[in-house]
Amino acid sequence: MAETALPSGAAARPVPAGAMAARLLSLVAVHAVLVAGAVFMLLPFVWMLITSVKPPAEIFTAQISLWPKNFYGVENYTFALSQAPLLRFALNGLILCFGILAVQLLVAIPCAYALAKLNFPGRNVVFVLVLLGLCIPVQVPAMPLYIALAELGLLNTYFSMMAPFFLSVFAIFLLRQFFRSFPDDIIHAARLDGVSEFEIVWRIVTPSAWPAIAAFSVFSAVAHWNDLYWPLIVISDAKMAPPPLGMMFFADAETGSNYGALTAAATVLTAPLVIAFLIARRRFIDGVTMTGVK
Amino acid sequence: MATVGLQSIAKSFGATKVLGGVDLSIADGEFLTLVGPSGCGKSTLIRIIAGLETQDSGSVAIGGLGVDHMRPHERRVAMVFQSYALYPHMSVRSNIAVPLTMSRMTMRQRLPLVRLMSRSRREIMRGIDADVAAVAAQLQLEHLLDRRPAQLSGGQRQRVALGRAMVRNPDVFLMDEPLSNLDAKLRVHMRTELAELHKRLGVTFIYVTHDQIEAMTMSDRVAMMDAGEILQLGKPSELYDLPASIKVAQFIGSPAINLLPATVGPGGRVELFGRPLARAVEEPAGSAVTLGIRAEALSIGQADPGHGARASFSARLRRKENLGSEFILHFDLAGPDASGVTMRATPASAALVQESSEVTLTFDEGLCHVFNSAGRRLEARDGSSRNTIVSLKAWP
Amino acid sequence: MTAVAQGAARSRRRRWIEQATGLGFALPALALLFLTILLPLAVLLYLSMTNYEFGAISADWVGLANFQKALGDPIIRRSVVNTLVYVAVVVPGGVFGALLIAILVHGRRRTRSFYEVIYFLPVTSTLIAMATVWQFLLHPALGPVNAVLRSLGFGQIAFLSEPTTALPTLAVIGIWQLLGFNMILFLAGLSAIPRDLYEAAEIDGASNPIDRFLTITWPLLGPTTMFVIVTTMITAFKIFDTVAVMTRGGPMGTTEVLLYNIYLEGFQYFHTGYAAALTFIFLAFILVFSVAQTFTLDKKVHY
Repeated sequence: MAETALPSGAAARPVPAGAMAARLLSLVAVHAVLVAGAVFMLLPFVWMLITSVKPPAEIFTAQISLWPKNFYGVENYTFALSQAPLLRFALNGLILCFGILAVQLLVAIPCAYALAKLNFPGRNVVFVLVLLGLCIPVQVPAMPLYIALAELGLLNTYFSMMAPFFLSVFAIFLLRQFFRSFPDDIIHAARLDGVSEFEIVWRIVTPSAWPAIAAFSVFSAVAHWNDLYWPLIVISDAKMAPPPLGMMFFADAETGSNYGALTAAATVLTAPLVIAFLIARRRFIDGVTMTGVK
Repeated sequence: MATVGLQSIAKSFGATKVLGGVDLSIADGEFLTLVGPSGCGKSTLIRIIAGLETQDSGSVAIGGLGVDHMRPHERRVAMVFQSYALYPHMSVRSNIAVPLTMSRMTMRQRLPLVRLMSRSRREIMRGIDADVAAVAAQLQLEHLLDRRPAQLSGGQRQRVALGRAMVRNPDVFLMDEPLSNLDAKLRVHMRTELAELHKRLGVTFIYVTHDQIEAMTMSDRVAMMDAGEILQLGKPSELYDLPASIKVAQFIGSPAINLLPATVGPGGRVELFGRPLARAVEEPAGSAVTLGIRAEALSIGQADPGHGARASFSARLRRKENLGSEFILHFDLAGPDASGVTMRATPASAALVQESSEVTLTFDEGLCHVFNSAGRRLEARDGSSRNTIVSLKAWP
Repeated sequence: MTAVAQGAARSRRRRWIEQATGLGFALPALALLFLTILLPLAVLLYLSMTNYEFGAISADWVGLANFQKALGDPIIRRSVVNTLVYVAVVVPGGVFGALLIAILVHGRRRTRSFYEVIYFLPVTSTLIAMATVWQFLLHPALGPVNAVLRSLGFGQIAFLSEPTTALPTLAVIGIWQLLGFNMILFLAGLSAIPRDLYEAAEIDGASNPIDRFLTITWPLLGPTTMFVIVTTMITAFKIFDTVAVMTRGGPMGTTEVLLYNIYLEGFQYFHTGYAAALTFIFLAFILVFSVAQTFTLDKKVHY
C-alpha cells in the first residue's frame, strides 16, 4: 500500500523473477483498486450522459445497454430546454457567483490587509469575531435573514440570494494569512514613495496574493453554484432559480419520470462547472489544497 | 567490515547521463571521500551503493558479495543524510531504535495493538534499549534521549543521525554531505569527531562532499568526480601535489591554483610571457599549455640563485586580504588576458608591499604544473643545462 | 518647536492615520458581520424564546419551552440520531477511503493526474443534478445497479425506499461527493513528507509497505488526518441536499436529518420560534466540531 508512497523508490532493480512477479502483482492490485474506485466515481456521469441520449423505450427496459440503439439526444435536450429555462438557470448561477464573489473580495481584501498589516484599536476583537464567524454556517442566521428580506419585500431577487454571503469570514481569514507573509519593507518603501494606503492594498499587495484569491474564487464559485439551501428558502419564482433549485423545480414538474429529459437537464446544469474544472484543473486542486490546509 | 567494489556503474535520468561507467574499489576500513562540484554524480553514486537508486548497468559488491538484488537494509550499510532525515515524531531514543526494531522484531511484534499480545516482545525491547543506551553513551546523547529532533541543535541532530547509523553495526557507513547543514565552526569540530569515529569503529566509510577541505582533512583516499567520471583517485596529498588535470588542480586547494597561459618553445621548453622557463615537456613546439602555480609556491622578491630553478615576473598588488595568521595577496598581471594571480604570504612579507605597487614575484618551477590543451598534466623535466634564473617582464 | 517635538508629532499623526485607515478598511466587513451574523444570531436567540410564527402579528415569550419541546420531541430525537448515524458512516468512509486512494494515487507518476481528475469530478458537480442521476441509477426496476444485482442472482433492492437501506445509501452518495476533496487534502499532506524519511526508513529496514505506512506516513500525516476528519464531520452533519431531493425524510422518517427538519419547521410550517430553538441545537453540534478543529489546528505544530 505505502509502497506507492515512495515516489521513485526502487524501480527497475535487477531482481529475481519471483520479486519481479510480486512487484507486477502489487502494481496490478493498486490499479485494480484505483480503477474500481474510479468506476464508482464516474458511474453517475457516464450514466447521465448515456441516458440523456436514449429514447424512452430504451430507458424503460430492464436491460442495460451502454449505448442507445436509436440516438435520441436531440429530442431529449430540446425537450429539456423547452420545458424549463435551463439556460436561464445557468445564467442565474453565473450572476449569483460573480455577484457574490465580487462583493466578497471587495469587502474581505481591505479587511484582511488591515488585520494583517495595520495596527488599529479593536483589531483583536475583529479577528476574534472573524474566527467566530468561521464556526457559523449560513443555516444558522437563515431564519432572521429570511424574515428581514421578506419584510423588506426583497424575496425572489438576486440580492436576497446573495446577501447572506457578501461577507466571507473565510476569505478574510485566508487572505490575512497570505498578507501576513507580504514583506513589510515593500509597504514601507511604498509609503515613503507617497503611495496611498488604498493604492498599496489594491495595486501592490492584492496582485501578490493572486494565488490565494484564485483559490478562494474557485472555492466560492463551486460553493454558490451548487448551493441549494438558501435559494430554496428565498426563491419561489422559477425564473430566478440558480441551477440546483432549477433542477429541483424541473424534476418536480410535469417531467415526472422522463429520465431522458431529466438527465439532459442534469447534464446542461452540471456541465459549466465540470468543464471549468477540466480546463483549470490545477487551479481547482491547488485551491482546495490552499483553502483546506492553510 | 567490508570492502566495496563498483564495476562500471552507469546511470542516466532520462536523457541526462549522470554516471558514465564508474569503477572503484574501496578497501576494508578505508575512509574514502567522493568529492566534486554539485551535479557531478557523487550523490547518485552513494545512493546506488545504498540501494536507494538502481544503476542502469554495472554492479556493486559489498564484502565481495554482489548486492544488486538486495534491498537497502539487506546490504548491511548505514547512511547519514544531508538533512539527517530523523523521524520528526519520534524521540531520540526511538529514532535510534528504529533499525533494531525492524531487524529484531517480527511484523506481529511491531504492529500496533497486535504487538501487545506478544510475550517475547518485552525481552527484545530490553535488548534494544541497552544497545541504544550504549550508542547514546558513545555519542554523549544520554541526556537527550527523550527529546524530539525539533528540540535539538544542528550538531545534536547530526549525532543522533550518526547514532541511528551506528546502532546496527553496519559494514559500511555512507554519508551524504553530512556536515553541510552545520555552521562553519561546528563543521570544523565535527570533522575531527567523524575522523575519530572512523578510527574507533574501523569500518569502511564512504563520504560524499562538495567541500575539498573535508575531503582533504578526513580521508584515506579521495575520489574527485566530475560529470559522472572519477577524474583522479588517490591520497589527499597526491591530489594536491600531483593533480591529474586542471579540473582537479582547480578544485583542490584554497585559494585556487593560479593558472597562466604559456606556450611550448624549442626543445620542449615552456615559455611564460614569451620567455623560456627551465622546465621542458614532451609536446611539439608551438602548442599552448597552461601553467599551474599554487599560491604558496609564489614569493615576493628576486629569485635567490642556487635554490633550484626559479622564475620571476612582475605584477601589481591589487588587494591584500588579512586572514590573521597569513595574508592572501591579489596581484594584477598585464598582458592580453589581463589576468591575476593570488599568493599566500606571511604577515611579515605582506607588510613589505603596498597596494597598487609593482613587485617582482618568484616561483619555484619544481612546484608548478604544466597542463596540455586538453587539461591533462604533463610530466615536466628540467630542460636547461644549468640553473638559470629567468626573469620575465610581465608588467610593462 | 524643536525637531524632536516635531518628529514626535509627526509619528503621532502617522499612527493616527494608520489607526483610522485600519478601522476604515475593516468597517465594511464589520458592518456586514454585524448585519449577517451577529444581529441575526441575537434575533434568533430572541425568537427561540417565543412562540412566534412567521406572518403572525404578535408573539408570546415562552422562555425555554421550545428547547424543552425539542429535547422531548421524538421526531427531533430521531433526526439527530439519523444525522449522527449518517456522520458515523460518512466520516470513516470518506476519510479512510480518501486516505487509501491518496496513497495509491501519490505513488503513480504517469497516471496520477488522470486519477486526480476522476476522483475530484464529483466535488465540482452539482449535487442536486447528480442526485437525480443517482435516483435513476438506483431505481429498483430501471437502474443499472439493480440490473447488475439481478444478473448476479441477488434480488433487487429498492435502495431509497426501504427503511433499512435509505440512510446508508445517502451516506454512500455523501462519500462519493466528498472523497475527491479529502483525497486532494491528503495528497497535499503526503507531498509535504520529505522523501529523505522514506529513504532513511528503507535503509533502517522499514521497507515493506506496512512498516513504511506505520513508521512514517501515518504519524506524519496525523495533523492532516485530524483536520480532514473534523471538516468531514462538519460537512456530513450539514446533510440536506440529498435528503431534500431524493427521500424527503422518508421512508418512514428514516432519513429525516436535523437540518431538513429545521428547514421544514422554519420555512414550510413556519414554526419560527421552534425552528430557532432547533437551530441552536444544530449550532451546538457544529460548535463542538469547530472547537475540535481549532484544537487540532493548534496541535498541527506538535513537532
